[in-house]
This record gives sequence, structure tokens and C-alpha cells, in this order.
Amino acid sequence: MKNEKNKVLLNIGAIILLFIVLWFCNSTFDNYKLRILNLSGIYVVLALSMNLINGFTGLFSLGHAGFMAIGAYTSVLLTMDPAMKQMNFFLKPIVPFLANIQLPFPIALICGGIMAGFVAWIIGAPILRLKDDYLAIATLGFGEIVRVIFTNTQSFTNGALGLKGVERYTTIWWSWGIAAITVVFMVLLVKSSYGKAFKAIREDEIAAESMGINLFKHKVTSFVIGSFIAGIGGGLLGHLIGTIDPLMFRFLMTFNILLIVVLGGIGSITGSVVSAVAVTFLLEQMRFLDQAITIGSLELPAVPGMRMVIFAILLMSVILFYPKGLMGREEFEWDKLFSGYYIKRFKVRKKA
Amino acid sequence: MSFSIFLQHLANGISLGSLYALLAIGYTMVYGILRLINFAHGEIFMVGAYIAFYLMTASFLALPWWLAALIAIAATILFGILVEKFAYSPLRDQPRISVMISAIGASFLIQNLGIVIFGGRPKAFPVPDIFSQIWKIGGVSIVSITFYIPIITLILLTILLYIVNKTKTGMAMRAVSKDYEAARLMGISVDNIISFTFAIGSALACFGGIMWGFKYPQLLPVMGLIPGLKCFIAAVVGGIGDIKGAVLGGFLLGLMEILIVAFFPALTGYRDAFAFILLIVILLVKPTGLMGQNLTEKV
Repeated sequence: MKNEKNKVLLNIGAIILLFIVLWFCNSTFDNYKLRILNLSGIYVVLALSMNLINGFTGLFSLGHAGFMAIGAYTSVLLTMDPAMKQMNFFLKPIVPFLANIQLPFPIALICGGIMAGFVAWIIGAPILRLKDDYLAIATLGFGEIVRVIFTNTQSFTNGALGLKGVERYTTIWWSWGIAAITVVFMVLLVKSSYGKAFKAIREDEIAAESMGINLFKHKVTSFVIGSFIAGIGGGLLGHLIGTIDPLMFRFLMTFNILLIVVLGGIGSITGSVVSAVAVTFLLEQMRFLDQAITIGSLELPAVPGMRMVIFAILLMSVILFYPKGLMGREEFEWDKLFSGYYIKRFKVRKKA
Repeated sequence: MSFSIFLQHLANGISLGSLYALLAIGYTMVYGILRLINFAHGEIFMVGAYIAFYLMTASFLALPWWLAALIAIAATILFGILVEKFAYSPLRDQPRISVMISAIGASFLIQNLGIVIFGGRPKAFPVPDIFSQIWKIGGVSIVSITFYIPIITLILLTILLYIVNKTKTGMAMRAVSKDYEAARLMGISVDNIISFTFAIGSALACFGGIMWGFKYPQLLPVMGLIPGLKCFIAAVVGGIGDIKGAVLGGFLLGLMEILIVAFFPALTGYRDAFAFILLIVILLVKPTGLMGQNLTEKV
């Protein structure tokens, strides 16, 4: 399979196959299953955006929930119709310039993304001077600050009450369509000169700088693009669930995305996609852990929190025993599939 | 604001600052030696407080508070060393990002185990009479614990500084934090020193947790998260790796939080954001912290 043309055909075939599968799911699944499918599409978008910042550029950022919150609030406030806004803001009226505005869903989503990207650009200038742990703490702090601000600015965000009755625009086509666009965009970006510069920065900042890469410019670019995508992901999430409040965007949200990225392999697009789908399904399937379990005559009482314990253990064991995750830094390639590379790799791992 | 009310706020700020200082020391010592943010430190603080709670309230034990505190400290030390052995020591040669993810995972795991084992509902921490008396000094009425906290903190700090500066173990600790490899070549058992550092940090965290319980008598499995983050910030503000710096940062942060809210009540809702704003400002103005030394990066 050395023919480029064949690969393009295979790629197109795979995309068409994906959409046929989605169409099939869309027409046969019930609401609950569709929701999980939607969620996994959104998590693909979110995991890719975090992987761009953390995996490809090597900036350990933990502020993802903050950018998602900005994107979600912006887009939800822009799509909500004025009557609904009035019902939501019963404690304190909404600021006048937002009260009567209503935009179509795609435009609102992009506005949410732009808003998140803009904030990233503003805070990027000071924050991206920091490295490693300091960057992690500062971005984590940023996420918390966003949450605290959104809880307190009642006339913009309705405070802790959140926004209810959001129109559920996010369909399977939106979530997976944007996921597909993000994947294609990421592949192109990583292959471009920007992507190469990002990777150089990840490997060694000083070496990259001495090769003439403008560190600061590239770091800010990566941070802003990642946050833009995270904002769009947040907007999709808000319009899927139908209600948003500041508590949704706690550190737990960032943790879930981090789990997906680590499981899939830090710095692998394929890994993020696969593990986003897998983790979303697992998170839903394991809800039984929080409920009472009956095995034969033995009845185990309900233990709330058990599900997250399992996930924390999962993250810990991946990082301790298999730090490369599912894919390491490798990507899916047709050649490798046809030459049986993945089967061999799996066998090797089984032996080891 | 009258002067007596100001004094009251000042006293509260100092005692909150002392609690922050106790936790910040743990962060700064671990960071000094391993260059690692021990994200689970806030959870160690939580576990310490819960152990003391169960020792004091379990009907078959009902220990007096000082005995409960001693046993809880011993148990927390063990717990802290275990966390280091399981979550951090297997990753000593791995890239820093892995260690940091492991630290976040450990913190998350302990927190959720806390929810499973201790229950998600808040528990009322029993406060002994000696700490709940109300003293009236010149028109200001202050709960006695507010005074005890800074005094106990100062005593602990003196002991700690003695250990670090005057004993052989302390010298080994300083050596490891200066140069890990060279210290090992000089015959220092680096693993033991790291365990010892975690032990000291955990003991102080447990002390902080119990005092925290006496002052704000409500226990929650997530109680360690925000104080943990704030105390790391306090350590960075003071200059990470420096014990006196951590104490200074802790006091600064505690006073700032209480006094800003006291003077501008409208900002009460933003209280948790102050620390992070302070962090970003400090990192921009003086990245090494108030008392930190400048380190240049070697290629």
C-alpha cells in the first residue's frame, strides 16, 4: 500500500463508513444511548484540544474546565431566546445588551470558541512564561477563578443557579461532525511547520529556541487554538445537557479529560479519539457501581463515589505501569494496519 | 470598622495564616527535595483530621483530644510515607509530567476513597472545652483556639528548624535538596531521606488538620482540596524550597484573605480567587518568590 491515491480513497471510505454508522445509530438508538454517543463525540473534541496543549506542545495546562465554561456560557447566552432568559434571571435581571440577542447555533458556538480563545490569549501572555509545575498550578488556578467569577456575576451568568431550559441543538451530526473536523484539523496542524515547532518545544525548549523557533509565539498559538476548541466543546456540552451551572466546570471535568488523554497516549491523536469513546462509555456503564449490587443472596449496599475510585485507580495504574498509554505517540496508519503491525504489537505486549 | 473589630479580624487572619503555614511547609520541603508538587498533601491533611475525629468520637475509644492527636499524627505519618512509596517512588526516573499526573491521580483517589469510606456528608468535629472558651480582651471577644494555633505553630516551627539546621538528618536533607546525585555518592540514603521528609510534612499536615477541625469544626472528604492548593501557592509566594519562606507566605495569604473580606465585604464571594491572583502576580514580578534564590537553567 504505497499508493497515496489509495490512502486518500481509504480515508474517504472510512469517513463515509463513520457517517453511515452514525446515521444507523441515530435512527435506531434510544435517547439515552444517543446521549452517550453525543457525549463521546464531545469528549473527542475536548481530549484533542487538551492533547494539543499538553501532549504536542508539552505545556502542562489544567485550566480546561475554565475555557469550557467560557465557551459554554457564551454560546448558551447567545442562543437562548429572550423569554427564556427572563425566566432564568428571576433573582437579578440580565444585563440589557444580552437580554434580547439571539443567534443561530453555529454562530453562537463559534462565538463561544472565540471568547475562550480570546481569554486564553489575554492570560497566555503572563501565564505561559511559567514552566512545568508552576504552569499547572497557575492554569488550575485560572480554572477556579473562572468558576468563582461565574458564580458571582449574577447579571451575566445567573450565578450559582445556572442556566436552565437551554435548547438542545447538539445532535449526533453536530457533535461528531465537529469531532471529525477537529481530527482532520489536528492532523493537518501537527504535520504543518507549526506542529513541528510545537513538538520541538515539547522535546527541548532551549534547543528549539536556539534553532530559531519563537517559543513564546508558538506557545501562545497552541494555547489559544486548544482553548478555542475547548470553548466549542463546552458549547456543544451545554447544548446537549440542556442546563449549565458553574459546578459543572469543576476540576473534576479537567480530570476526566486528562484521564482520556493519558489513557490514549499523551501526544497521539488516534489514542485520544479511541480513549475518549471508550472512557465515555465506561463512565456510563459503571454507574452501577454507585448503586446497590445484588450478587446471589449477597447484597452490597450502595456506595456513592465508588465509580470515581475505580477511575482514579485506572489512571494511577496506567501512569505507573504503562506510562505510554494506549498508543504512546504513535498514530493509526493504513500501512501499519495492513502489514499486521497492530496485531504484532498486541502480541508483544501480551508476552511482556 | 472599629479598632476592636479590626483586632478581631487580625487575630483570625493570623490563626488562618498559621494553619496555611503548617501545610505550606509540607509542600515546600517535598518540592525542595523531589521537585514535585505533592498534590496529595491536601488529602493527607484531610485524612489526618478524619483519623483524629474517629479516635475522639468512636464510642469504644472516645480518647481525650491530645492522645487522639498523637495517634492520628503517627497514623498520618505512615499514610504519607505509603503515598510516597506507591505513587511517587516508582516514577523517580520518569518525565516530570508523569509524576505530576500520578500526583493528581493519587489526590483524586484518596479524595474519592474518603467519600466512600467516611461518607460524603459533613461531620461535626468535637471541639474540647479548652479550645472553645471565649476570651474577652479589651472589648474583643475571641475564641481561645485563635490564640493557641499561632503558638503551637511557632513551637512546631522551632522544632522543625532545629531538625533541619542542627541535626545530621537535617543536614542530609539539605544535601539531597541541593544535589540529589552528589548526596547519594556521599553515602546518604536518598530514599530514607525522602521518606523522612514526607513523614515531617505529613505530621505537620495532620497537626494542621486537627487545628483546622477545632477552628472550623466541619469535616468533609473534599476539605483538603482548596486549602491544599492555597498552601502550595503560599509556598511558591514565599519562595519554594525555603521553610521560612513557606511560613511567611502562609501568614501573608491568611491575613490577606481575612482582611480583604473584612474591608470589602462585597468581595466575599471571590475569596477563593485571591490566592490564585496573588500567585500569578508574584510569579510575574518575582518568579522565585519572596525569599527564594535565583536558579539558572543549565543546558
